[in-house]
Amino acid sequence: MTTRVLVAKVGLDGHDRGINVIARSLRDAGMEVVYTGLFQTPESVARTAVDEDVDVVGLSILSGAHLTLVPLVIDALRGLDAAIPVVVGGIIPQEDVATLRDAGVAATFGPGASMDDIVATIEAMSGAH
Amino acid sequence: MDHRSSRMKWQEAYEGTLAGATHATTQSGAPIEPVYGPDDGEFPGLFPYTRGIHPAMYRSKLWTMRMFAGFGTAPETNRRFHEIIDAGGTGISTAYDMPTLLGIDSDDVRALGEVGRCGVALDTIDDVADLYAGIDLGDITTSMTINAPAAVVFAMFVANAEDHGVDRARLGGTLQNDILKEYQAQHEYVFAPRPSLRLVRDTVVFATREMPRWHPLSVSGYHIREAGSTAAQEVAFTLANGFAYVELARHAGLAIDSYAPKMSFFFNAHIDFFEEVAKYRCARRLWATWMRDFYGARDERSWQLRFHAQTAGVSLTAQQPDNNHARTAVEALAAVLGGAQSLHTNAFDEAWSLPSADAARVALRTQQVIAFETNVTQVADPLGGSWFVESLTDQLQRDAGQLLEELMELGHGSMLEGCLAAIDNGWFEAHITDAAYAHQRAVQAGERLIVGVNSFVDDSPAPAPANQMSGDGDARQVERLAKVRRERDSDAVARTLLELRDAALDPEVNLMSSLMAASRARATVGEMMTTLAEVFGRYQVGAR
Repeated sequence: MTTRVLVAKVGLDGHDRGINVIARSLRDAGMEVVYTGLFQTPESVARTAVDEDVDVVGLSILSGAHLTLVPLVIDALRGLDAAIPVVVGGIIPQEDVATLRDAGVAATFGPGASMDDIVATIEAMSGAH
Repeated sequence: MDHRSSRMKWQEAYEGTLAGATHATTQSGAPIEPVYGPDDGEFPGLFPYTRGIHPAMYRSKLWTMRMFAGFGTAPETNRRFHEIIDAGGTGISTAYDMPTLLGIDSDDVRALGEVGRCGVALDTIDDVADLYAGIDLGDITTSMTINAPAAVVFAMFVANAEDHGVDRARLGGTLQNDILKEYQAQHEYVFAPRPSLRLVRDTVVFATREMPRWHPLSVSGYHIREAGSTAAQEVAFTLANGFAYVELARHAGLAIDSYAPKMSFFFNAHIDFFEEVAKYRCARRLWATWMRDFYGARDERSWQLRFHAQTAGVSLTAQQPDNNHARTAVEALAAVLGGAQSLHTNAFDEAWSLPSADAARVALRTQQVIAFETNVTQVADPLGGSWFVESLTDQLQRDAGQLLEELMELGHGSMLEGCLAAIDNGWFEAHITDAAYAHQRAVQAGERLIVGVNSFVDDSPAPAPANQMSGDGDARQVERLAKVRRERDSDAVARTLLELRDAALDPEVNLMSSLMAASRARATVGEMMTTLAEVFGRYQVGAR
């Protein structure tokens, strides 16, 4: 079955170079990708993830607000009883990785992460899901 | 017909500059001429300005070392400004946080987690007063990197300066105010393109008539390049936007030579050294040629492309961050050899977070080393005449020129309409994303090497970012704002906002005086932007 991924920008961060490149890489790897567009709320991301029946949610945050916004997305998904794994890419300092993992994030990708790793990680996750 | 050789014309112009009688030598004592080249070739200070806009370039005036700063609350950023000035910075430049850039107040739920994080939080004129406290705004020039709410923040700035006794005519500086590239690359827009352009028009008309030292537009390719464009796309899209604003001001009834000399540009200084130098040279040549021959400008200052450069944020690596010093130095040198009027150098720690004060100081010192130790400032366009650089300049000119023609065709002879159509149909973003993706694939395949990322990788752990955020910036700004809301005259706020709304309903009215009145009544950025949104609507791009 084809892996379906929602890639999302949450909050006020308009930097979309990364998410555009990731979306295209995932599509090139044969996945179906839904991109929310910019400036989404945690609730709208969760709602779209459920409505689109995706296997994985990928959040892209470069503003540094990940510790505030990511847990809100996870809460919103739980509120909809959706057990969809969430991965986060962006400027995530090492010291924040554990905090995000504790909040329920399945994987994080920092600056310079390899596209092949991202694709492989998401592929593996959708199989497990 | 002027039959003098180019060199004679240049010589005459050169002798009229402050550099006229200067002599320069190399470190070892050999004489250095102010410019080199054949007598009938191109010269700096002469059309089409490929070799620079001034006949003496840095011999007559160094570039402005303008360091971009902003974080936390206004008093915190004000302290950083004073540190920059004390360290020899010759201009200041304000970075705003994301809520401010999107016209959202610090106490709005949408601002959660973002207040004071990527720049300074600014809600009311009181924040503006604290931001510039102790800085003589009639002396040091200020730059404001803001776009969607540019008119609002500019109105607050002018009103604050006047309330502190500095007449608007004495204010010198730059408002970025380049909304078109927001739809193309940076995505900090609020209203749709056309009502946003009305705000650009109002600020340009206001500054052109009342603020002779002010640059109301900084047409910015920086963000286009950071979003992933090629060098040719950076030049083409930026100049296209510049021409669009020229047409906008013309529609507003301004004579081209009254405002074009006040337009400025902002380019990236990326890592491909010679391509960057060629990029600035070709941008100057294209701008001069189009302004004279297509738009009919007669004042030579309208032909001269003045630009600020910033080293490339995307070239900085989070891995082995100390290597970023070398990248920034090389990029800054490209901007200088390319003839920049103003320069910001990134700090080595910025791949992780806003720069620490120490890192920002080293970045400024990097410029000072180039300016005062290397001797590169003695010769205008020292790479001019290099077969490689001249050939690259011509190549970029052809590539960018072709994109400009394509946009002009899309607009049926209007660059303004061409840009708007290409925003609507996603043309800009498609071009930029294609280029970004091609770059990333090349990195992935190891065809393009990045030291510390896909080559020369070592096991040294990535250092923790030197985060200078004090952690409770959100709460302190929300408290500052709550105090203003408590103490201001709410009737005056309501009245001035209503006047602003009425003014916005008439597209012929210039909104600057209404915005200044609301600023003085202590209306917030968010309140003014919400009032305008009631008339203009909000721009939304859906899922895809």
